[in-house]
Amino acid sequence: MTDTTTQTVSYVRDKMLPETAPPSSQVGAVRWVRENLFSSVTNAILTLISIYLVYWVISHVGPWLVGGIWDAGSLSECREIRNATLGPDASVACWAVLSDRWHQLLFGYYPSELYWRPILALIIFLVGLSPILYQSVPRKVMIVTAIAPFLCFWLLWGGSIWLPISIALGFAVGYFAYAPVTKNISSLAGIIAAIVLPLIYWVFLSGPVYGVLDSVAPIGIEFVASRAFGGFMLSVVIGLSAIVLSLPLGILLALGRQSDLFIIKTSSVVFIEVIRGVPLIVWLFTAQLLLNYFLPPGTDFDLTLRVIIMVTLFASAYIAEVVRGGLAALPKGQYEGADSLGLSYWQSMQLIVLPQALKISIPGIVNTFIGLFKDTTLVVFIGLFDPLGIASAVRASTDWNGIYWELFIFIGAMFFIFCFSMGRYSLYLENKLQRENR
Amino acid sequence: MSVMTDPPKPAFRLSQLIYDTRYRSITIQAVALALIMAGIWWLVNNTISNLNALGKDFNFGFLGSAAGYDINQMLIDYDNQDTHGRAALVGILNTLLVAFMGCLTALVIGVLAGVARLSQNWVVSKLMAVYVEGFRNIPLLLWIILIHAVVTEALPQPKDFRGAEPEASMMLGDSVALTGRGFYFPRLGFTNSLSGNELVAAREGYTAVASGGIDWFVILGVLALSLVAIKVIRNRASQVQETTGVRPTTWYTQLGILIVPVGLVLIVLGATIVTPFLKGFNFTEGTFLRSSLISLWLALSLYTGAFIAETVRAGILSVSQGQSEASAALGMQPGRTMSLVILPQAMRVIIPPLISQFLNLTKNSSLAIAVGYMDVRATLGGITISQTGRELEGMLLLGLFYLILSLLISGGMNIYNNSTKLKER
Repeated sequence: MTDTTTQTVSYVRDKMLPETAPPSSQVGAVRWVRENLFSSVTNAILTLISIYLVYWVISHVGPWLVGGIWDAGSLSECREIRNATLGPDASVACWAVLSDRWHQLLFGYYPSELYWRPILALIIFLVGLSPILYQSVPRKVMIVTAIAPFLCFWLLWGGSIWLPISIALGFAVGYFAYAPVTKNISSLAGIIAAIVLPLIYWVFLSGPVYGVLDSVAPIGIEFVASRAFGGFMLSVVIGLSAIVLSLPLGILLALGRQSDLFIIKTSSVVFIEVIRGVPLIVWLFTAQLLLNYFLPPGTDFDLTLRVIIMVTLFASAYIAEVVRGGLAALPKGQYEGADSLGLSYWQSMQLIVLPQALKISIPGIVNTFIGLFKDTTLVVFIGLFDPLGIASAVRASTDWNGIYWELFIFIGAMFFIFCFSMGRYSLYLENKLQRENR
Repeated sequence: MSVMTDPPKPAFRLSQLIYDTRYRSITIQAVALALIMAGIWWLVNNTISNLNALGKDFNFGFLGSAAGYDINQMLIDYDNQDTHGRAALVGILNTLLVAFMGCLTALVIGVLAGVARLSQNWVVSKLMAVYVEGFRNIPLLLWIILIHAVVTEALPQPKDFRGAEPEASMMLGDSVALTGRGFYFPRLGFTNSLSGNELVAAREGYTAVASGGIDWFVILGVLALSLVAIKVIRNRASQVQETTGVRPTTWYTQLGILIVPVGLVLIVLGATIVTPFLKGFNFTEGTFLRSSLISLWLALSLYTGAFIAETVRAGILSVSQGQSEASAALGMQPGRTMSLVILPQAMRVIIPPLISQFLNLTKNSSLAIAVGYMDVRATLGGITISQTGRELEGMLLLGLFYLILSLLISGGMNIYNNSTKLKER
């Protein structure tokens, strides 16, 4: 039977051909290259131009970067080593300036035996920050968050331990006054007490308290003047303290801008727009030249502190706009729901609106911080030693006179690493929030 | 029949100011106003007593006195005998110049880079990613310093162009010179200038020309009229297309209207191209862009361009895939799909952040301090303040200038934004 079938329908193949591999142009690297690099004439030209560009940059800069000299005490020594090993015509980087001066680029003129203090302060700050950034961190760490600002201040500037403690006592006064006054009189009186009592304490009592405590038990660590701050440490101190201090102010301004009360709304809008309309550098010059005009005669305080105040005000306007975006992004039903539960304005903000709005705004706050951190380089123009200021100071020394690109590349790379990773973190947050809100 | 009477009004009690929501907002605002006023009074009072202590007064008379310093880059006539006010004006124009040039090039760079980053081409998109991330994550100040170093160090000095066998040579038929000191371009001179400026021959063998004054306004006016005429022609072509379905070919009429009137005006005015040439140790004639302006301009455009690229990319990604598929189903070419379907929708997403990028660029132009470009911060907020000792007045005017500029830009752009945004119920 089978024989006849095979003979009558001879054109039907009854045996499968072995599978052949797809054409070589349709698989693997070749296909990828065809699809991604040479899909059309324009694309091919673009690819070739780009590859040539990359090649040109690498062939010109690569040897200079890679062949750099790491072990020398000065630029002339660097050149001697280069002449001895590669010949006088070779062009190589002299990275020795980094190994020689890294401590200055990182810490400025901070005393070298005290480097542990800013490092410890940064660690404490990060530990204090962790419960805010990551939900999985135990809530008890919030205690560190509460004391971190005072501890960091004390570690960085040093001096008597009683100064930050006597300032922190003001917050404690407000905190402990709020609950009993609210219970016994009214919530409004509680809020007023929580604001007024600490103010009274700071103006009249904190000075004597500090004096008494300091004379009874003079405990302290070595004082370091602000002039000694420099390098990336200065950028980080200005950037972090400005962003932390500006957050409460920015939230208040954002609420003010959304408020129905005409005077509060107008003054918030004017403040935000004036701050945002003028470049940071003008505000920094204002801090340098004019702040003493606005304060009572005789007050004269440290330029670094003045800069921190100015940058804080500057950042608060930007934070306010970010938080306003978060407030606007909340569905109106959330506000109405809070109202229908009979919550007061502050209760609804505190329990319903702000927790959600702030969560939405965290990526924006991180981006504001990246911008602010980059902008801290501007303080070089009013005479502070930020990384760029330190770079010119290093160049002004006889050892490293004439060095240029190496320092800038190092500073740029440090900023890049820091800002890029922060940017990735904010992207990660954005993705996470998008998934949660879907 | 009963008489309706109002219920007895309870007497107003002071506690209502706090507990009655009708009055509470007034109380809060009154307290806030009082606090703000007290704060302002405190600041003003401090300032007055500090000024008195220093023996200074508060007036703007210094704007009328002679400045006594030179400005190396200017758009209007200025010498050191002119007033501080005019020096400030020169600075303002310089700020506006670099901001305007920067916004234009940043937009071009940003759109190109944003589109290229979405390209199918792997190398191109990765290259653009490196550009965008590199510029976004490194401070602008560092970029300005680096680009200034490249421009001034890498390009030849004017003296290198000298001699029988010079080390460097001019480009584009001896008309453009790129030097470390700045860039020299050809400029237009007029033999029949309307401005009444003196006719000067730049050197032997050159036609005697006068620098233009009012001539430029005439040329720009004619150009503007031509553009209006082109717009009218286009509208008419669209009308014809709507009624008949066929769009008349008008490109040659448009081109003619664009070129012929301006060309005639140029011929009547006797426009001549004046090329820069080496005289002594430097180039003269031609238009000179100082290297500080070039490097500031490049750095601002590249830096802001990276941010705009991200904006453009987000805008294009925001238009759903279905839109381009639908237009492909209608048989549209990819180019027309981009210009007629995707870009108009993407523009709505792109424009608001674009406005704030332009604002940022304008404010960042104050970093001119890093390269010594004489913008308004350097004249009014720099040398004028240090010469007259009028910090308060100078900084106030400087801040006001930037504030008004920002408000004008955002106001103008908001009008445009409102005209393009989606009209909803």
